[in-house]
Amino acid sequence: MSTTTVKKPVRTGKYTWNGAMITRTVASYGVALLMFFPIFFMILTSFKTELQAIAVPSLWIFEPTLENYTEVQERSDYFSFAWNSVVTSVGSTILGLMIATPAAYSMAFNPTKQTKNILMWMLSTKMMPAVGALIPIYLLCQKLGLLDNVFALIIIFTLMNLPIMVWMLYTNFKEIPSEILEASRMDGATLWEEFRYVLLPLAMGGLASTGLLCLVLSWNEAFWVLNLTSANAGTLASLVASYSSPEGLFWSKLSAVSVLAIAPIVIFGWFSQKQLVQGLTFGAVK
Amino acid sequence: MQSSSAGNRFVPRLLLSPAVATLLLWMLVPLGMTLYFSAIRYNLMSPELTGFVGWANYEFFVTNPAFTDAVLNTLVLLGSTVFITVAFGLAIAMLINDPFPGQSFVRILLISPFFVMPTVNALLWKHMMMNPIYGVLAQVWTFFGLEPVNWLQDLPLFSVILMLSWQWMPFACLIFITSLQSMDREQLEASDLDGATYLQKFRYLYLPHMARAITVVIMIEVIFLLSVFAEIFTTTNGGPGTQSTNLAYLIYNEALVNFDVGSASAGAMFAIILANIVAFFLIRIVGKNLD
Repeated sequence: MSTTTVKKPVRTGKYTWNGAMITRTVASYGVALLMFFPIFFMILTSFKTELQAIAVPSLWIFEPTLENYTEVQERSDYFSFAWNSVVTSVGSTILGLMIATPAAYSMAFNPTKQTKNILMWMLSTKMMPAVGALIPIYLLCQKLGLLDNVFALIIIFTLMNLPIMVWMLYTNFKEIPSEILEASRMDGATLWEEFRYVLLPLAMGGLASTGLLCLVLSWNEAFWVLNLTSANAGTLASLVASYSSPEGLFWSKLSAVSVLAIAPIVIFGWFSQKQLVQGLTFGAVK
Repeated sequence: MQSSSAGNRFVPRLLLSPAVATLLLWMLVPLGMTLYFSAIRYNLMSPELTGFVGWANYEFFVTNPAFTDAVLNTLVLLGSTVFITVAFGLAIAMLINDPFPGQSFVRILLISPFFVMPTVNALLWKHMMMNPIYGVLAQVWTFFGLEPVNWLQDLPLFSVILMLSWQWMPFACLIFITSLQSMDREQLEASDLDGATYLQKFRYLYLPHMARAITVVIMIEVIFLLSVFAEIFTTTNGGPGTQSTNLAYLIYNEALVNFDVGSASAGAMFAIILANIVAFFLIRIVGKNLD
């Protein structure tokens, strides 16, 4: 291919080091570090004292302190907020998959003229600002005694993510040839057997990535949490918000609580990113 | 035969019904209440005033000078962020597509902002990046001998767009990378032999291949960016003036700052109409790529 190259490229392992390759590598690292920089800076700030945090120029080398983290834990019980985050995101993911999977199955393998319209209608409900529904939902929760309640949050998160889940699962299921399902039906499999032994193994990737995305979205949801909960059902989003009120005076404490709030989901995201993206592009990659 | 075909239709409908029913409830109950509130006098500050007012709330909301600004800001916010994330996402995906040492490490760094919760994103940028005195950007500007920018005061809408792009660009980028990995190698090699330029390859090979991935990204981003709230609420509070107020924030402002539920409900009805208009065009434009 590159017979016209004048300089002989250096080969180390599987990479061929020529000018283009070096430029490409350097540029890639540059972009990635730039994107990650704000998070890195926040982690750094969380280990500074409040005075060091607002030093100009910013300090890069300093003696790290853990006092912000201990103070956050003393002032507010981190683990009870974290537990609420786990319960609401996992709960809404499971409930969402239970409702979305049959719907997506029905749409993908028994499409009617209305299927596309139903799907688009579902997605359009997701485009409306949540704030439009806030007062009605608030009043309903008040009537039902569900304010500041974890169960109410699970239901709301589920409904919030349902359109995306149905759509993702639908596009995933559509890639599965329906002949396989028909064959199992011919062999007398019940609907449950067909789902459990034929569809599930084939759709595992799609289900996993749908669940992962739902988990991330629920973990990061702030609007309903801030408006419907206080001490009992508050998630990490409300913990962060409670540190933001004294207008940015305490950067390192704010950083520490932010790092604590995002660390679980970011690390989780690092491990599952391939799975997450693969499910989203299932139909796109052919 | 008759019964079996009826059964064929019944079971799929039964499976579909929980999702449709719950979403219908989720939509119709608030919608019904919102419709009702939008036609009555309902101000939390003056509960003694009640009664049917017809279209007065709608008139009040639309004649509010902030309304036009809010609609425009909503669309600018949506359009710019989608454009920036897709354009830069494509460029970066093309950049890091071919293997180089540490490629998966670079991927991990790149995707990280997508997992950061919007409240943290907003606070992080507002204070540590964009603060006009202590912020990192101010230091960079000073380093180059420039006057530091007061981002949230002077460029409020742009600042919000920047935060949103930081969050969503990684998402776009990773979808594009995954899509690029399934490019037909032989086709690319053949085009190399025919002496195709990089731009020609991009235009005639890469872009058509990624059409669906781009559609997926636009679709998901529109869904989330039409009703941006946390980023605005945490940073600019819609200001200065109405410069960074979008429709969602304006409704919030009416309901929970001015306590005028009637007018906020009328605003919510406009937001629903806007969402449906956007959904309509979205389906026309990108729907064919979604099959």
